[in-house]
Amino acid sequence: MLEIENLHVEVGGRKILKGVNLNVMSGYTNVLFGPNGSGKSTLLMTIMGFSGYKVTHGKIIFNGEDITNLSVTERANRGIGIMMQRPPNLVGVNLRNMIKVTGKNRIVPEEAAVDLDMARFLDRDVNVGFSGGEIKRSELIQLEAQNPCLYLLDEPESGVDLVSIERVGNKVRELLHGASCAGRKGNIGKAALVITHTGQILDYIEADRGYVMCNGMVMCSGNPRELLQEISKMGYEECIKCKLKLTTVN
Amino acid sequence: MQAEADHRELKKRAEAAKEKRAAFGEDIDLDNYRSGSKDLEKVEGLMELKEEEQRTLLEAGVIPSEEGRSGSFVLMDESVVHSSSKVQGVEVMPVSEALKKYGWMEEYYWKAVSPDADKFTARTFTEEADGYFIRALPGAKVKAPVQTCLMLKGKGVAQTVHNIVIVEEGAELDVVTGCSTSKGVEKALHLGISEFYIKKGATLNFTMIHNWSEQIGVRPRTVIVQEDNSTFINNYVALKPVRTIQTYPTARMEGRNCFSRFNSVAIAHKGSELDLGSRAIMSGEGSRCEMISRTIATGGKVIARGQMIGKAKNVRGHLECRGLILGEGGVQIAIPELEAYVPDLEMTHEAAVGKIAQDQVEYLMARGLSEDEAVGIIVRGFLEVGIRGLPENLKREIDKAIERTDVKGM
Repeated sequence: MLEIENLHVEVGGRKILKGVNLNVMSGYTNVLFGPNGSGKSTLLMTIMGFSGYKVTHGKIIFNGEDITNLSVTERANRGIGIMMQRPPNLVGVNLRNMIKVTGKNRIVPEEAAVDLDMARFLDRDVNVGFSGGEIKRSELIQLEAQNPCLYLLDEPESGVDLVSIERVGNKVRELLHGASCAGRKGNIGKAALVITHTGQILDYIEADRGYVMCNGMVMCSGNPRELLQEISKMGYEECIKCKLKLTTVN
Repeated sequence: MQAEADHRELKKRAEAAKEKRAAFGEDIDLDNYRSGSKDLEKVEGLMELKEEEQRTLLEAGVIPSEEGRSGSFVLMDESVVHSSSKVQGVEVMPVSEALKKYGWMEEYYWKAVSPDADKFTARTFTEEADGYFIRALPGAKVKAPVQTCLMLKGKGVAQTVHNIVIVEEGAELDVVTGCSTSKGVEKALHLGISEFYIKKGATLNFTMIHNWSEQIGVRPRTVIVQEDNSTFINNYVALKPVRTIQTYPTARMEGRNCFSRFNSVAIAHKGSELDLGSRAIMSGEGSRCEMISRTIATGGKVIARGQMIGKAKNVRGHLECRGLILGEGGVQIAIPELEAYVPDLEMTHEAAVGKIAQDQVEYLMARGLSEDEAVGIIVRGFLEVGIRGLPENLKREIDKAIERTDVKGM
């Protein structure tokens, strides 16, 4: 579904991604690990097509089509959706309206809000004064309305309290297991690329493959649970060694 | 008689001010405009008006069926076409009639606005302009708003209007005024004097929707006099193209613990120049004022002024003015002013001008909206903030006006 080929990206003139290669197959949930500043969020923002993330080299292929130069809207309409780490405040636009326009009136905001306990936020301006966890839940409702094929989730569990984590985790699982998605005809498996530091979200979703990013490159890949264990034991310094291992495997 | 002597004196001053340029805004040569007709036919109800006129009313937030309204007043050019009150506790009539009916009108007539302030007040004075007189009786809580419409009908007309609103002690009143131009009128001028008196503990919620057209010049002159514990809320909406508007309503907050709020939302289309100000002079202890302005320049020019003058202790005020420039050619000038004359007060302001935030647009695009749709939603939200806190029924009117505004093509 998604193939990233030798992607180089600059942000504000600084080279952030330095040749990223990875892919996410239809029906797969892949996980991105890596230290702060390693380029994980940059990768997701670049896949979505946000301005300020300048592709200097390489390609982003989505369902066989080169989308590297498409607008954000065109990417969304082809079935890519993102949960941002720090979405902007939309002053004067309430969450109810946001869900309506995103879902093109296909879903009822009040019903969608129940699962994530967000009913009382429907009349609030999107993200304004939301806590970290509230932002995640708000982003998830919007994604439910959008119903993309490929989910780009930037730390879905961060800032979420222990009670809400279950709601968030269950919702993510439910969304990923949905049969059809916007932008595609017929049933195809959805896919996800998920950034996580703690791995908590892995208790709720079945992740297929993990990637570790360091210094703007994918250093290694493998079983996500094993990678997580390794990182928590040895830290990210192992990245370099891992890279060597990956090179030999490939 | 003293009153007559006073009037003669005012007349002399007005004559002397015939050529006096206004403090703000481009000059307008009044010789290029004729007086409006004073003898247009009256109607019993607004549904008797021509369909096209009814549509014009509706676009300016005035409901022809008069449903959910406490009273209605319609002025076309300089003719009072309709005037009625539907509930007890509120009087609606032409100012000319109130002057005949009430001897005490002398205490209000030209007492807040000076006839010699500039050439526009002078012209309105010498024309002996008529307008609406609305009075909420002591203690009356008037639930539904009184609606008024000031319509320009004739080409080349300078419409002069003189309105007086009195909210007696402890009363509450909502007034919605729609100003509009009848179809086909190209060049015309509106000069509107408004004198509002809000007595002790009373509340006036005043909403004005300006719905003029491309070649219209507008020079309102409004002064509000507030007594102890009174509240004045001013909502100003101008979303349609217009040639030039210059207005600077001034709340003279003379009583103690007064509150006033000025909400303004406006769009300056190509060819429009909007010089919009709000002024609060807080001379009563413990008074508070909030000014919120949201303006968009889509090729035209906006000058957003705001002035707070604090002259008594425990006065508080905050002025917030934000301007967006969409597309090329627009100009935004924000001029907030704070003046403090005693130590024990606090007044603050924040002003920001610039383009729409790209990250917000792309956030909505990432949800599948086109760039135009995204801009439209953000712009509507931006304007919506300017009218927050309004009673629901009034907010609906303005929301509708904002909905009708085509923000996609900006």
